[in-house]
Order: sequence, then structure tokens, then C-alpha cells
Amino acid sequence: MGVSIEVNDLNAWYGSNHTLLDITLHIPPNEATALIGPSGCGKSTFVRCLNRMHETNPIAKVTGGVKIGGVDIYSEVAAVEVRRRIGMVFQRPNPFPTMSIYDNVASGLRLNGFRNRRVLDEVVERSLQQAALWDEVKDELKKKSGASLSGGQQQRLCIARALAVDPEVLLMDEPASALDPVSTAKIEDLIFQLKSQYTIVIVTHNMQQAARVAERTGFFLSGRLVEFDSTHKIFTNPGDKRTEDYITGRFG
Amino acid sequence: MRIRFQQNLDDLKEKLLVMAGMAEQSIQRAVEAYRVRDLSICDLVDRGEMAINRLEREIDQMSLDLLAMEQPMAIDLRFILSVIKINADVERVGDSARTISDRVRDLQAFPAADLPIDIPRTANLASGMVRKALQAFIEGDAEMAESVLKMDDSVDKLNASAHSTLLALMKKEPTLASQALNALMISRALERVADHATNIAEDVIFWVRGADVRHHAGAAASRNNSGAKS
Repeated sequence: MGVSIEVNDLNAWYGSNHTLLDITLHIPPNEATALIGPSGCGKSTFVRCLNRMHETNPIAKVTGGVKIGGVDIYSEVAAVEVRRRIGMVFQRPNPFPTMSIYDNVASGLRLNGFRNRRVLDEVVERSLQQAALWDEVKDELKKKSGASLSGGQQQRLCIARALAVDPEVLLMDEPASALDPVSTAKIEDLIFQLKSQYTIVIVTHNMQQAARVAERTGFFLSGRLVEFDSTHKIFTNPGDKRTEDYITGRFG
Repeated sequence: MRIRFQQNLDDLKEKLLVMAGMAEQSIQRAVEAYRVRDLSICDLVDRGEMAINRLEREIDQMSLDLLAMEQPMAIDLRFILSVIKINADVERVGDSARTISDRVRDLQAFPAADLPIDIPRTANLASGMVRKALQAFIEGDAEMAESVLKMDDSVDKLNASAHSTLLALMKKEPTLASQALNALMISRALERVADHATNIAEDVIFWVRGADVRHHAGAAASRNNSGAKS
């Protein structure tokens, strides 16, 4: 099941560049939350703070609290455990190119010490089915490499890989921006189905996509969270003029 | 800044205002035709209605194109939805002018009768509501639109009063039944014009504030601002 995400007074820096300022928000469980905003507004940095990826950069710094399922991910658990509980999918599909489809999906489990063949088979099938890819690849699981799939299939493979380690949260950083409309629709359908089991946070530049898949939407601007509300409110009658200017294209 | 899109929104607004101006003029002409019993004015109303119908189709097509091609959001989306609805109401104002014009043609077959009702006064009130609703639309002024909603009661009362007066007259003077019946239908058409003005005002409030105030719902608008630009 998905869990809630509580962010309190989050600040982030790259060197002397203060990229996130005083972010406080509550992301409910089992919903999709979209983050929108112009390039460089801090939305990707924000999601990278949610799985402690931000701190992997040596000049990066984070302060404030992030609780996922009630657990403070910066003080109560190790970064590796955080990243197991919080899966991430990126803009460009990044399957391990030399691994088969099966090995791609199983890689996270193997890294965590799972060797039982029957368990791995079960998890690979379940994850590929959850990612709506099973029917397309089930006959060539071990023959075909992940890199030989189409862009849309590769992205669903990456989603299956993220789901295989049984996370509670799925972070998606522009997961469909490099895909054609048919593959995009499949990813969006998938997000809709996965909400019942996971909490999903999706960064997107595509406003229609945010409107289609997310219950809530946050608008970031210059490192600040300007507005966070129901997606319906944000796209029909936002409360802040800056949000309205952005989504109607009056910005700048 | 989506300059071309904003220009298209301005063009849409301008076209709707041209059409609305024609509809308001048609009402005034139709009532003038009633007052002076002049069928040549009725011909102008009929020709005007055809032009209004043509503009209605053009505005719907422009709105459809903008929705499909520009995928507007927030205030722009509300603006286009409001235009589509106002467009339908303005077209019906044109229909009401045509209804009045048809009644005036019917009345020509009967001798003029001095009926104890004030059609020009009802017409002035109803036209005034349309004019004010359109002014609110031009200026994006929700407060002005609210003031239109308050005017509707006066027209309703005048129409109700005309109804009872003319019914009583028909009973008392059956020879004037045709004249009274046509006048009753004209009064009813003007009351409908006032209803359309009310609808237009409600759509302006929806566009500006994002608040649905139809059927007395959501009277407290969600925003305090009373101005909008498009």
C-alpha cells in the first residue's frame, strides 16, 4: 500500500545556489500528485530529495524534514533503505543495456540478496504485469535485452524494475516526455492503475498530462511551492495569479 | 506569452460583441415596429436574425478550434466556455426579436388597440439588462454582472402584470382577444430576453471568478477580484 509523504520546511542547495526554499506539503497516500513549473523551478530537485538522491551530489545539501509513512527518511533510516522503499523512473528510459528483460527486473532484488529462483520468477512476472508489459515480452524474457525494446516498452520495463523491490512510493520525473502519444497513454493508464497500490509523485511539463493523471498538483516557481491544491482547482480556477499566468502561458 | 492565442481570444470576444450588438438592436427594432405598426422594420429584424445565426455558427466554430488547438486552461478555458454559452443566449435574444416581429405582422390584420400595458417600458428594461450584461462582459466586471441579476425581478413583475391585465381584458372585451394575445406573447418574449441577459451575466461571473452562481448556487464567489483580462 502507498504511504503519505510529509514534507516540512525543506530547503536544498547546490553549492551556494539555494534551489528549494521552505517547502512544506502533505502528499496523501494512494494518489498521484503532479508537480509542475518552468525549467529550473526546483521540482526535480524536490523529488530527488524525497529519495535522498539529491545528497549523492557532493556539493548538495538538504535541511528540513521528510517523513514517508511516518518515518523521517533523513534521520531514522539509511539512504539505501529509503531508495528501496521509493522507486524512481526518469525521463529517458534507462534499462541496463547488456541485461535481459528478466535480469533488468530482477536486478534490484538480486542487489538486495534475493537468490531464490522461484521467488525471482514470481516477482518478475508480477512486476511486468503491473507495468502492463508482460504480454508483450513474456516469450522472450531471457533472450531479449532491455535495450532492444521500443522506447515506450523500455519505460514500462523501468517501471517494472522499480516495482520489483516492492516500494511504497513511485517518483516519476517526466516519465512520458520522450515517448509518442500511444506509449504516453499506456504510461498514463498505468499510473491510474498503480495508484491503488502506491503513492505516485510525477514531475511533468505536460499540463494536460498532470490534469489527466493526478488528484493533486503543486506549482513550483523559483524554488518555492507557490500553490498546492486539487488538480481540478489548479487547472480551472487557481488561487494564485502566478499559477494562472503559468498554466495559461502568460508567463514572462 | 502566447501572443497569437491571446489575439484569437480577442477576435472571439469582438465577434461575439458584434453579434450581441445586432441582437440588442433587433429587440429595439422589433418593439419599435410594434409601437408604430411598421412592417418594413420587421423586415430589418428578419434580416438581422439571419446574420445573427451566421455569426453564432462562426463563433461556435472559432471556440471549437481554440479548444482543440490551444487546449486552454483556467481563466482562458472559462472564457471560451462562457463565450459558447453567451453565444447561445445572444442567438436566442435574436429569436425573441423575430418572435416579436412575427406578432407585429399578425397584429396588422387587426385594428390598432390601446392596450393597458407598457410594452416599451418592459423592452427598455430587458434591453438595458442585455446592454449591461454585455458591458460586464467587455470589462470583465463581475460586480456589474451581479447588478444585472438583480434587475430580472422587475421584468418578471411587468410580464406577470401584463399577463393578468390582458387575460382580464380578453374576458371583458373578446373582440380585442387577438390584439391582447399577440401583446401577451410579445411581453413573454421580452421576459425571455431578460432571462437570457441574466444567463449572460452569470456566465460573466463564471469567467471572471470561476464561481457558478446559476440557480442561486455558489452566490459567494470564490474570489474577491472583480476584474479580469482576456
